[in-house]
Amino acid sequence: MTSGPEKRDPLSVLDRPNSYIGKIVPRPNLDRLMQGRGLYVSDIELPRMAHVVFLRSPYAHAKIIRIDASAAKCMPGVVAVVTGQELAAVITPWVGVLSHLKGLKSAPQSAIAIDRVCWQGEAVAAVVASSRSAAEDAAEHILVEYGELEAVTDMSTALDPATPVIHASLGDNLAFERNHDAGAVDQAFAGSDEVVEAEFIFGRHTGVTLEPRSVVADWNAAEARLTIYQGTQAPHMVQNIAALHLGLREAQVRVVCKDVGGSFGIKVHIYADEMATYALSKLLRRPVKFVADRVESFNTDIHARDHRCKGKIGVQRDGTITAFEIDDLTGIGPYSMYPRTSAIEANQVVNLVGGPYVTQNYRARARVVFQNKNVMCQYRAVGHPIACSVTEGLVDLAAMKIGMDPVEIRRRNLIADDAYPCASPSGLRFEQLSHHAALTKLISMMDYDALRAEQAALRTRNIHRGIGIASFIEVTNPSAAFYGVGGAKISSQDGVAVRLDAQGSVICQTSITEQGQGSESLTAQIVGSTLGISMDRVRVILGDTDNTPYGGGTWASRGAGIGGEAALQAAKVLRRNILDVAAAILQSTAGELDIVNNNVVNASDGATRIELNELARIVYFRPDTLPPGIQPELMATRHFVPREYPFAFTNGVQASWLEVDTDTGFVKLLKHWVVEDCGTIINPQLVDEQIRGGVVQGLGAALFEKCVYDERGQLTNANMADYLVPMSGEMPDIDVGHVVSPTLETELGAKGAGEAGTAGAAAAVTNAVNDALRPFGAVITEIPLTPQVILTALGRI
Amino acid sequence: MTAPITISLEVNGERVDTSVLPRLNLADFLREYLKLTGTHVGCEHGVCGACTVRVDGEIVRACLMLAVQADNASVETIEGLSDSGEIADLQAAFRDRNALQCGFCTPGMLMAAQDLLKQTSAPDREQIREHLSGNYCRCTGYQAIVDAVESTARARAGRTA
Repeated sequence: MTSGPEKRDPLSVLDRPNSYIGKIVPRPNLDRLMQGRGLYVSDIELPRMAHVVFLRSPYAHAKIIRIDASAAKCMPGVVAVVTGQELAAVITPWVGVLSHLKGLKSAPQSAIAIDRVCWQGEAVAAVVASSRSAAEDAAEHILVEYGELEAVTDMSTALDPATPVIHASLGDNLAFERNHDAGAVDQAFAGSDEVVEAEFIFGRHTGVTLEPRSVVADWNAAEARLTIYQGTQAPHMVQNIAALHLGLREAQVRVVCKDVGGSFGIKVHIYADEMATYALSKLLRRPVKFVADRVESFNTDIHARDHRCKGKIGVQRDGTITAFEIDDLTGIGPYSMYPRTSAIEANQVVNLVGGPYVTQNYRARARVVFQNKNVMCQYRAVGHPIACSVTEGLVDLAAMKIGMDPVEIRRRNLIADDAYPCASPSGLRFEQLSHHAALTKLISMMDYDALRAEQAALRTRNIHRGIGIASFIEVTNPSAAFYGVGGAKISSQDGVAVRLDAQGSVICQTSITEQGQGSESLTAQIVGSTLGISMDRVRVILGDTDNTPYGGGTWASRGAGIGGEAALQAAKVLRRNILDVAAAILQSTAGELDIVNNNVVNASDGATRIELNELARIVYFRPDTLPPGIQPELMATRHFVPREYPFAFTNGVQASWLEVDTDTGFVKLLKHWVVEDCGTIINPQLVDEQIRGGVVQGLGAALFEKCVYDERGQLTNANMADYLVPMSGEMPDIDVGHVVSPTLETELGAKGAGEAGTAGAAAAVTNAVNDALRPFGAVITEIPLTPQVILTALGRI
Repeated sequence: MTAPITISLEVNGERVDTSVLPRLNLADFLREYLKLTGTHVGCEHGVCGACTVRVDGEIVRACLMLAVQADNASVETIEGLSDSGEIADLQAAFRDRNALQCGFCTPGMLMAAQDLLKQTSAPDREQIREHLSGNYCRCTGYQAIVDAVESTARARAGRTA
């Protein structure tokens, strides 16, 4: 598994001399960002641009009885005050369901609430004014009369007959249920030496992108075109949805995505207030800008991971895991988010639990319920941390029960590295994973035995340190199986166009987007390597539906694996075209030529024949000198999507080393290790930094992050002072190692790496805390692991 | 107190004379009046550090300071520090180490890091983490930033030694 890919093509970019693949190359767009000269949506200003501020409901559930905007409309600078009813004239409502998630239901949602609000923070009116402050001033003068309704906040009672039904037309508060039963679960539990059960509780948390969601919508009535500047991960999806609900053709909508101040899945969705902003621009025939403030971000950016999951594991004395069973309950707020739906997370939990392990006995139930809280939907590593925490928590509990080392029980149960291809009990197909190689590497990186010895020595001095291990599988490179099969117009394929310009440089247009992952860099690395052109002569254009091929964008760890392969294939075609014309110019054959360092050279001896600059000059300015019948095509486009496997599964393992202060309940993270297998590594530094960033988001969930609601559905910590996220002072150094199992479905062999860090971090930390607390007999299966949770488990409070 | 007030200040070495409403904060003033968009607004309540600028040599949260309070002051933003070359080495270290992903926190992070490096010639990793612990980064996990600041400190110490 640690070997390179099978050599399928002697001219593969992976093997070429001077290849940028696998090398650390600085990202080309960093100077702009470091000098404060990026262009984020919040920086954009257009002539006649107005600013919108949304008046939002203070109630979690209420009827809107009356809105009096007369005073607000007279305030200085106000352009318009628009209610939901008025906006409905230009934009249609939507329902967030997908047909392949059978039974998933949701209610029609409007851009601005019309008769009723369903969560605290839902917009009830829009104020458009010459400045944001003028709009905020006017919003204070809108009088809204509400009739407060009972709020459904507790997901564990959402399905009780006594609980009000949020959307009467749906009959109940159950949005989605999935049951899965594989193998012989009851028999397996009955035949087990030990069966361990636990309930795992996960705090609802959110992305906290540093740049809030921002949109500038510009309806040009003269062109009948809407240009949307938005920090989005999926520009073509936004184009499609905006056109659909505004009654436009896709060609009438252009989505431009410049720099994006953080995304993490938060910006892969389309929010009601964004839809309202598009509609307001069309209604008012001028550019309208919406930038969420931080309180709005907490109240309206999607939340995630609000789960209570009962888990059960069976185990034999020799460590053999016999079965897993889970019963997961999750609350998604009042609507299933559109267009990706809010059932995907629970579906992923069912898919992923038990995934790294051999046992085929697996039963799962997932129920997704409506609540009067902010909407929940996909956030980085969708469902992975839940599945990993439940699986790895159960495995540790089983190990503890039979007195086995946590590493040993994993060695005995992880799917063997030579067992592939194979399938999980939930039906996922694995092409090639490397759990054992990864675990072995991790144990060696962390010097496990030495840590255990240190832990034992410190315990005698009343210092309580713990080691936590978490193996995981990770969904990357999604095909149409994710959304397309369910009817969503979300492209799974990506496209790349490359062309040689008149001075022998390359312009590359790709449908993947850049939010800091390094999409621009990896595209330039692949294209430069394939063509034999230096990276400083490759310019990447992305984030513009008018100027890039149609495609999915950057989410679910698909940029490198799908967009990267499209770049590779497009560059191969262009390379062939260049060599064809070079052969004509040089009176040679394409097979005798190669491109190295911006020159066409002899394949045999490497001697320079013609600089690409000169070739381009001839093609573009003196085609009359080319032989008759030659029409050089110095541009090529290719699209790609995986077809054989619906997803490229990757795997990894993490370890946490931490200290628990049993007097204060504080956890000090000392060190964290990750070994991950993302197939071919295009840029080791970018991969490692994706993983580190992902780990820290997972650590936030493990220790700090939680959206705290009261029983009336009020979010009580909607600011950065009260909602804690990891800061530099609390974070440990993170060592990252790799095992490389390239996917054979692409020539590049790259799988995704964006979810891996987040997937396993919380599980590793929780297992480490429980390991530290073992002398006290305390077991915690709840995150975040706040001092209160820890002291409660210790019986101190 | 709602009428505009005349202020005079220096921003990145250029004199600015203008009138602003008393409630306008310095971050919005820099961004909206002077079009210096490098100063980013992340939280508007002084927690995230994305709006960090230098006023009379000290770093401040531009979202917590009113523009009128900057009357007669010297304000330096990321654009000024970049153009003067003062942090060119720090920026190069950030580039080499990929110490930024989305880049939204980066101007504030660089301002805070430079502030530490001016105060302390050889900060250890813990001091670096402590000094930067008022600046959110949601992308990197901080380690690369700490590495970049540490290597800049080392290089500067070597140069001045």
